[in-house]
Amino acid sequence: MLEKYDFIIIGGGVVGSMIARWLSRYEASVLLIEKEADICMGASSANTAIVHAGYDPLPGSLKARMNIVGNPMWDQLSGELSFPFERRGDYVVAVGEEELPGLDTLMEQGKVNGVPGMKMLSKAEVLAREKNINPDVSGALWASTGGICDPFAVTIAAAENAVMNGVKVLLNTSFEDFIMEGTRIVGIKTNRGDFGCRWVINSAGMYSDEIMHKAGIRPEFVIKPRRGEYFVFDRADLTIDNVLFPVPSLKGKGILVTTTLHGNTIIGPNSVFGEEKEDRSTTHEGLEEIWQGAKNLVPCLNQKHIIAMFVGLRPYGNGPCKSPGIDYQHDYIIEIPTEVQGFVNLGGIESPGLTSSPAIAQEVVDLLKDAGEKLKEKKEWDPVRRARPRFRDMSHKERKLLIEKDPRYGRVICRCENVTEGEIAAEIHAPIPATTYDALKRRTWLGTGRCQGGFDMPRVVKIIADELGVSPLEVTKKGQGSNFLLRPTKQVGA
Amino acid sequence: MVLKNIYDVVVIGSGPGGLAAAVAAKKEGAEDVLVIERDMELGGILIQCIHNGFGVEIFKEDLPGPSYAQRFIKEVFSLGVEILLDTMVLDITPQRKIYASNKRLGFVEIEARSIVLAMGCRERSRPQIRIPGTRPVGVYTAGTAQRWVNVEGYMPGNRVVILGSGDIGMIMARRLTFEGAKVERVLEVMPYLTGLTRNYVQCLLDFDIQLQLRHTVKRVLGNNCVEAVEAVQVDEKWNPVPGSEEIIPCDTLLLSVGLIPENELSRKAGVKLDPITSGPYVDDNFQTNVPGIFAAGNVVHVYDLVDWVTEAGFQAGKCAAKYAIVTHRKESNYVPLIAGDNVRYIVPQKLDKRNLEENEIRLQMRVTQPIEQPVWIEVHDKENLVARKAERYVRPGEMVTVVLKQKNYKDVEKAENLTINIAPR
Repeated sequence: MLEKYDFIIIGGGVVGSMIARWLSRYEASVLLIEKEADICMGASSANTAIVHAGYDPLPGSLKARMNIVGNPMWDQLSGELSFPFERRGDYVVAVGEEELPGLDTLMEQGKVNGVPGMKMLSKAEVLAREKNINPDVSGALWASTGGICDPFAVTIAAAENAVMNGVKVLLNTSFEDFIMEGTRIVGIKTNRGDFGCRWVINSAGMYSDEIMHKAGIRPEFVIKPRRGEYFVFDRADLTIDNVLFPVPSLKGKGILVTTTLHGNTIIGPNSVFGEEKEDRSTTHEGLEEIWQGAKNLVPCLNQKHIIAMFVGLRPYGNGPCKSPGIDYQHDYIIEIPTEVQGFVNLGGIESPGLTSSPAIAQEVVDLLKDAGEKLKEKKEWDPVRRARPRFRDMSHKERKLLIEKDPRYGRVICRCENVTEGEIAAEIHAPIPATTYDALKRRTWLGTGRCQGGFDMPRVVKIIADELGVSPLEVTKKGQGSNFLLRPTKQVGA
Repeated sequence: MVLKNIYDVVVIGSGPGGLAAAVAAKKEGAEDVLVIERDMELGGILIQCIHNGFGVEIFKEDLPGPSYAQRFIKEVFSLGVEILLDTMVLDITPQRKIYASNKRLGFVEIEARSIVLAMGCRERSRPQIRIPGTRPVGVYTAGTAQRWVNVEGYMPGNRVVILGSGDIGMIMARRLTFEGAKVERVLEVMPYLTGLTRNYVQCLLDFDIQLQLRHTVKRVLGNNCVEAVEAVQVDEKWNPVPGSEEIIPCDTLLLSVGLIPENELSRKAGVKLDPITSGPYVDDNFQTNVPGIFAAGNVVHVYDLVDWVTEAGFQAGKCAAKYAIVTHRKESNYVPLIAGDNVRYIVPQKLDKRNLEENEIRLQMRVTQPIEQPVWIEVHDKENLVARKAERYVRPGEMVTVVLKQKNYKDVEKAENLTINIAPR
């Protein structure tokens, strides 16, 4: 007998997880499949973590609408799902007189889009607010509604809340094809068997083009990976508390200097089209480009303080803007196409995709209702998901109490980020279990500090093995094929 | 084990520097000495250094790391040093309060009259030397790999490239060869060897492992696990020489590219760091800028021989003990004044009893309740009456004064504290 669902969501990025959480509100069975060993492994995992104010997208585009609707949803969402979110505001910084007109353009665009709380700042005001900024700064656009979040925490919280409310999540499960009855989608084939359904929701990010092509939709639509490289700095050596954008160019929002919620300064990204959808390799040229770009905003950056570098891939699509009279070919696709039945099609969800994700989830629900889907609210739906304890953020007194309750919180495993055995064990047994090193890293931030896992790695591998009841040889960094260890010692020639 | 509230000397870290400091502190006369170690056993990184080469200077013997550590571990136990294992120090204040946690005792707060910082150093990691490429499993610092092989008993890979000719890198080249791995290459960006010549001879030459100077890793290849690295020659200015690129297939890249003194705790304690060594500024007693906080070993600067770390530990431990003993003596001269019956407060709150040998000491206080009849104001050392004064009445609005005289010294000298009570006569 085929396992049957009302909805199958393909892709466990922030958009897929938000849709799962939104659908979990209704009396319907929902399955989310993710091809990787954890959720939040694609575009949602490597970006600037900024909740954008909305002055950047082209007025009239779906990107602009989703950004503007999405931004104000974050306060309630972070409260319900208890993930950290701070509305710190952001700056677009003009360096030199010649960049000043660019600020006016953005201000105008922001007004048309309906961004509240924008203000022009003089050189003196900018210098007073960020002491590390390039002294040649000529002014800045300030947007009070900009915010920063932790994209892993957001995605995981949304997916967990969905699971709490009955959604099923299958990891290591990749889509292979649709099962059709005429032009109606009635199920999908995966590497882990077939599943029946009434609706498939395509939130496959980088691969959304391939999925819609399999459904016979939009053969002209292609996703190109647009790579962006980043550096992360040691928070003990440098703290930039502000979100600083340069004046945008044709290549996008530009190389910015910002901060994580954990207090680490972060610079990037550049914007280079890549060949492959899985190529997350940094390049010498790319790293040099972001270095020079960031130095233009904050000249005091020092290479000695770099502790991490990574690449993010943006799923850059060629979806045409639907508003009449606007010639823009890189808009979001959010639609229920008429050529097939039972398909919600999303594509090209790049920045501001994180900001837009709750709005996109609501949009999908609205589209389904418009399509005649009778979504009936569950009585028992619980919108609240509670965060698990984080030793590092606690006062001495809170730590004392926590360890009294569970001694495993007294054993610190990651020295730089102060992550304890208790937290690691809790994540391994969470509603969406973290069974790889990187999954634990994304949830607890272990191994992200200045020693980059040098100290904790052997200890964490042992804890994962013990908790899962497997050999350390089976423990992986990020799923199949990434085992840390090859064989026991003393087996030469055995 | 029951922790004391206050120790003479607390040593953070039980590597060679920390163990030597604990031994020396005890020998110098410090009574209560505590060593806090984050790992499961004493010895620090020596535990995973199972190769020989330790102790040639101090013991005139060639010992493996664990044996070298064992000599000090035995001494630490026989001297009665207290030990906290599997315990992470989270914070140190400039007033020498230490916050730490472990599974058994929970979150603990310990006071120290002096502290020896002996946290050692950490290894420089991949992002710090900016090796581009993918982020697969299989790129480790040499020390992490050493822990896996020598302590946990697992091999990270079979085909290895090592970047950096530091000592740990060369020693791991030999160690992995013993365990049946093929070390394809050791690459060194400098035009000279950065570790000891004896390690080059014993670990690389003897095993036909190729060392390439002026070479580095240009990028890492492989998505899930390391599949290869691209090596490249560099010129005098460290720029890659075009055309010299070579793809070396391998499953592991080990980095032996430098050590950095580990001073996150030192910073929290207000210890000033030298930007060149990345360790604390110290005086010839290994005392930092914060009085009573000393530092020894690789936490100060990176050593080449463990014997010199031990020597530094001895010196720091000895000086820390001296500091603690002087501090203790000062503390034991103080006698706290306790507000007893109907006394709201007393100024001063404590007195230095030595002052009473030559001067009188004036104690001023206010009462809690008025007593409208003659009263005694009595200074007690437990049951023993030290001094008393008569008043016709006491009222909260009127300050009361008692003077301790030189003749009271004999009684006060013996007292742990003094209580003042006011009651009707």
